[in-house]
Amino acid sequence: MLHIINKSPMTNSALDSCLRVAQSGDILLIEDAVYAVTSGNVFESRMREAMGRFNIYVLQPDLEARGFADRLIGGVSSVDYGGFVDLTASNKSCQSWL
Amino acid sequence: MSDIKKFMFVNRKAPHGTIYALESLEVVLITAAFDQDVSLVFVDDGVYQLKKGQQTKGIATKNFSPAYRALEGYDIEKLYVEKESMEARGLSEEDLLVDVTVLGRAEMGELMDRQDVVLSF
Amino acid sequence: MANIEVDGKTYETDEEGYLVNLADWNTAVANYIAKTENVEMTEQHWEVINFLREYFEEYQIAPAVRVLTKAIGKKLGAEKGNSEYLYGLFPYGPGKQACKIAGLPKPTGCV
Repeated sequence: MLHIINKSPMTNSALDSCLRVAQSGDILLIEDAVYAVTSGNVFESRMREAMGRFNIYVLQPDLEARGFADRLIGGVSSVDYGGFVDLTASNKSCQSWL
Repeated sequence: MSDIKKFMFVNRKAPHGTIYALESLEVVLITAAFDQDVSLVFVDDGVYQLKKGQQTKGIATKNFSPAYRALEGYDIEKLYVEKESMEARGLSEEDLLVDVTVLGRAEMGELMDRQDVVLSF
Repeated sequence: MANIEVDGKTYETDEEGYLVNLADWNTAVANYIAKTENVEMTEQHWEVINFLREYFEEYQIAPAVRVLTKAIGKKLGAEKGNSEYLYGLFPYGPGKQACKIAGLPKPTGCV
């Protein structure tokens, strides 16, 4: 299953809930959720831990818009819009944690 | 003359994901015309508004981050960033587009107390 | 929405005559808009227009008149950085009118 998060982990519990409830699969971080995988962020350790259970993806244009293209933590794959579409197609279902 | 009031704009939202940051900036630029004592405060995700290197081409929206550098020309020179918010995001002053004064949360609270008008975004 | 036609090319403008697409701007378009505003472009006019374009390039906003006046004074000298001089060049306002000719949006705060 593909989990899509679009809220900053610092101000919204969507990512936190996803990591708590979901057991495995793909997680795609878009819009303000991309901050979760930037180096030095307090959420960094949670994300490193999650990498054992999930494949973590981040939408590159959203990362660039926020000025963090050079601060992506290791172990996260960045995708473009085409990659976003591929993820929705390769997963049998998709959940947007609004 | 005590017509001048102390205005504080509190910015707590990340840019781009919502319209708050841009709206706040526009109100600030308009307020500048009224010669008031204006302070801008960046706490929580609001600190992200000042991050260097924002490139919005890929998301096809206006990159308004260079406008923070224009604030000085508008005589808006009081920019404050909360230390705890900045550090929690792995950022330091060198990561920011403009010169700011970094305040601890207690000092920030005191500064807020001294304002006549506080506008929150 | 409205359109203007310059040298056989059509450019989109808003209802007040400001160019919709920044990238559409060129000197021919500027001259055309100036004519519709009854402004005869001189070297002094271009100096201000070019300054506005550079300002926008750097800050991504059109400066308020007060800010423009101060910045012009800094760059081009005090004899140019004052309202009399700038309103002399652009009677309907160095903000509104000059920005229109420069192909920029109306300055924030101008009603």
